Amino acid sequence: MTRIKIATGRVLDPANGRDGVQDLYIAEGAIVGIGEAPGNFICEREIDARGKIVCPGLVDLSARLREPGLEHKATIRSEVRAAVRGGITTLCTPPDTDPIVDTPAVAELIHQRAAQAGSARVEVLGAMTKGLAGEQLAEMGILDEAGCVGVSNGTRAIVNTQVMRRALEYAATFGLTAFLHPEDPWLASQGIVHEGAVSTRLGLPGLPETAETILVARDLLLVEETGARVHFCRLSTARAVTMVREAQQRGLPVTADVTAHHLHLTELDTADFNSQCHVRPPLRTDRDREGLRQGVRDGSIAAICSDHQPHERDARLGPFAETAPGISGLETLLPLTLRLVDEGVMGLTSALARLTVGPAKVLGLERGTLGLGAKADVCVFDPQVRWTLSEAQLISRGRNTPFEGWEFRGLVSETLVGGEVVYSSAPWAERPQR
Amino acid sequence: MIRRDLQVDTHGRLKHFLTIEGLGSELLLRILDTAESFAGVGDRAVKKVPLLRGKTIVNLFFEPSTRTLTTFELAAKRLSADVLNINVGASSTTKGETLLDTLRTLEAMQCDMFVVRHAQSGAASFIARHTAPHISVVNGGDGRHAHPTQALLDLFTIRRHKGVLQGLRIAIVGDIANSRVARSQIHALTAVGVAEIRVVAPKTLIPSGVDSLGVRVFYRLTEGLRDVDVIMMLRLQKERMQGAVLPSTHEYFHFYGLTEERLSLAKPDAIVMHPGPLNRGVEIESEVADGAQSVILEQVRYGIAVRMAVMALTLGSHASRERSEP
Repeated sequence: MTRIKIATGRVLDPANGRDGVQDLYIAEGAIVGIGEAPGNFICEREIDARGKIVCPGLVDLSARLREPGLEHKATIRSEVRAAVRGGITTLCTPPDTDPIVDTPAVAELIHQRAAQAGSARVEVLGAMTKGLAGEQLAEMGILDEAGCVGVSNGTRAIVNTQVMRRALEYAATFGLTAFLHPEDPWLASQGIVHEGAVSTRLGLPGLPETAETILVARDLLLVEETGARVHFCRLSTARAVTMVREAQQRGLPVTADVTAHHLHLTELDTADFNSQCHVRPPLRTDRDREGLRQGVRDGSIAAICSDHQPHERDARLGPFAETAPGISGLETLLPLTLRLVDEGVMGLTSALARLTVGPAKVLGLERGTLGLGAKADVCVFDPQVRWTLSEAQLISRGRNTPFEGWEFRGLVSETLVGGEVVYSSAPWAERPQR
Repeated sequence: MIRRDLQVDTHGRLKHFLTIEGLGSELLLRILDTAESFAGVGDRAVKKVPLLRGKTIVNLFFEPSTRTLTTFELAAKRLSADVLNINVGASSTTKGETLLDTLRTLEAMQCDMFVVRHAQSGAASFIARHTAPHISVVNGGDGRHAHPTQALLDLFTIRRHKGVLQGLRIAIVGDIANSRVARSQIHALTAVGVAEIRVVAPKTLIPSGVDSLGVRVFYRLTEGLRDVDVIMMLRLQKERMQGAVLPSTHEYFHFYGLTEERLSLAKPDAIVMHPGPLNRGVEIESEVADGAQSVILEQVRYGIAVRMAVMALTLGSHASRERSEP
C-alpha cells in the first residue's frame, strides 16, 4: 500500500471538530498523522491540496446500483466509479434488487461485485419481510450475520401494523436499524406529483402530504412502544421533519435523511411536465423545501443522500406518468450540498457533517471521520472551481438529471478509499472521452 | 403551464394547439372568429373549402372516442385535407412499442398534423416536443389535463347565444377533479373575462387547490346554480362509484342531477351545456337534456367549425412559416 501525504489542504473533519490547513498522512490504508508525520513515515506519493478542502469520504445512505436485476440501467461497477467521482466512498443500497436481498446470498453477491470493482465501499440493507411483501419476517438475523448494515422494506411500506410492530421488535433484537420509506400506499395510490395547485393544473394524480405524515406518526408510536431504532428515508414534507424533531427531543432513537434534490427543487419544477423532475416522494411546496432545509440546518435531519436511481434514456421518454421516477444523483450530491452553503442555508462544516459523520452514525459505522487510525476514506475537492453540469459528462450510466445546465461551485479532485486513490481528475472539459 | 413558445411562434401564430392556458383572449377570439366563417360550410350543397388541400392529417387516438374523432375527421375533410384515423388503443403498447416508436413510424409517412388523444396528462405536449418540426400537434384530450378544442367550442356556443362573453356568470357542475374538459373551460372562460366561474360538486370531486384557478367553489347545486347564465354539466364516469369517491349514482342524482326544478334557479334564459356522452338520470334528467334551454346538440355541430378553425390556423401558419423561412 502506498504511503500518501495530502499536503497543505484545509482539513475539514466535522466528526473531530477539526478545521485548518494541515498535512494528512496515510499509510496501511489508515490515517496515521494529521499535521505531523509519524516518525517512520516515508512519503511515496504526495497530493498537492493547496486551496482545496480535505474531508472524509462521503457516505450516501441511498443509492440504487441496479445490480442484480436491472443491469440494462447500470451495474455496480459503473456506479461505484460514478460515486467516487462525486467524492462518495460509502454507498448504502436498498434491498429492492431482483432478486430481493432477503437471503444472505444476494447480500454476498453485491459485496463481492463491489469488492471486485475495487472502488467505493458498498453496504447493503437487508429486507425486513420476505420478498418485501410485508407479510412474513425476513431472516434478519442471518442477513445481519451476512454483513447487512440495517434492514428496510424498500419503498413498500409494511401496511399491516402487527407485522410492522413485530418486524421492528425483531430487528431491534439484533440491534439492526430499520430504514423506512414512509408512504401510505392507499393515500399515495396513483399519485405521482404533490397534491395541490400544481397537480390540479396539470391534471396529474396527486400524492398528498398525509401519505408521508400518517406513516411517520404511526411508526413513531411504534418506536415509542418497541424501543426499536428507526431511520426515516427521504422525507419530503416540512410536517414530517417537525414530527421527527419532536420525537428526537423526547429522546426516541429516530433519525432521518433527505435527498439533495428535495433541498433545491419544488413542485413548480414539474409544472411543465418535466419528467426529469419525476421523483418519489414527489417534489413538494416551497414551504416544505424550507422545512427540509431547516431540518438539515439544525441537525434533526442527520444526512443528505443522493437517492441515486440511474435509468436508461427510454425510461424518461414518455408522458410524465409513464416515465420511471428517480434521478441519477451520485455526481450531484456534493455540488448540491455545497450550493446550500453558497445560498446561506448552513455553514460548510455542518453541510459536510450531513454527508459524512451524520450518515456514518446512522449506519453505525466508523466512517466519515479523519481521526487518527480511521480508515483513509478521503475526499479532496476544490471549493472554488465553477463548472456547468452536462449530462453527457456524467460517469454514471444514468443520465437522468434535472440539473442539466446548472452551474455549480466545488469539484472533487481526488477520492481515496482505504488509502488508495480511486479517483483523480483533471477538469471535466479536459477529461478524455470514455 | 406548458411553455407558451411551445404552441405559439414569435409572430403570435399557432404552431401546436395543446392547451388553452397561456394563449390569451386575442388569439382565442381570433379562432372563434375564424370558426364563424366556417360555420356555414356545413349548410352548403358542397360542404368543402379547399384550404388544406394536399395536407395529411392523422387522428392519432390512444383512447377510444366516437364524438371527438368524428368531428375532427369531418373538420379535416371539410377543409379538403386527407385524413387517416388510427386507433392505437392499448394494443400497440402491449406489444411493447413505445409512444415514440409509433410517432416515428407515422412521421415517416409524411403527415402534416397529428390530432392526439391519450389517457395520460401531458401526452400531447410530449408529442409536440418530440415530433418532427414540420408536424403540428392538436390536443384532442390528454388525461385529466386539457381538452382545448372542447373548451373553445363551448365558448363558441356561449357567444352565439349570449353575444358578449364578459359579465357572464357560469357554473361548471360535476367531476371537476378528473375532468380535462373542466380545466380547459376554466382557462378559456378566465381568458375571455367572464364575471364569475363556479365549480359545483361534492368535496371528493373538487381537486385540491382549485381556487388557485380563480373559481368559486360550491358544494350545493341549489346554491351554485342561482342566477347563472350558463350551466356546463360534466359527464360522471361510472368508475367514480368505486374507490369511495361517491356512494351511488342514485345519491349523486339526488344532490347534483340537473332537473327542471333546479334549472329554474338559474336565470330564465340560462343555457344548458354538456360535452357528451350523456348519462341520463345520473347528471342530467332527459327533460332538461332535451328541453328548450339545452344547447347540447349545437355544441356538437359547432365543434366541427371550431376544429376546422384550429386546424386551418395551425397548418396555415405552418405554411406561411415555411414560405418566410427559405
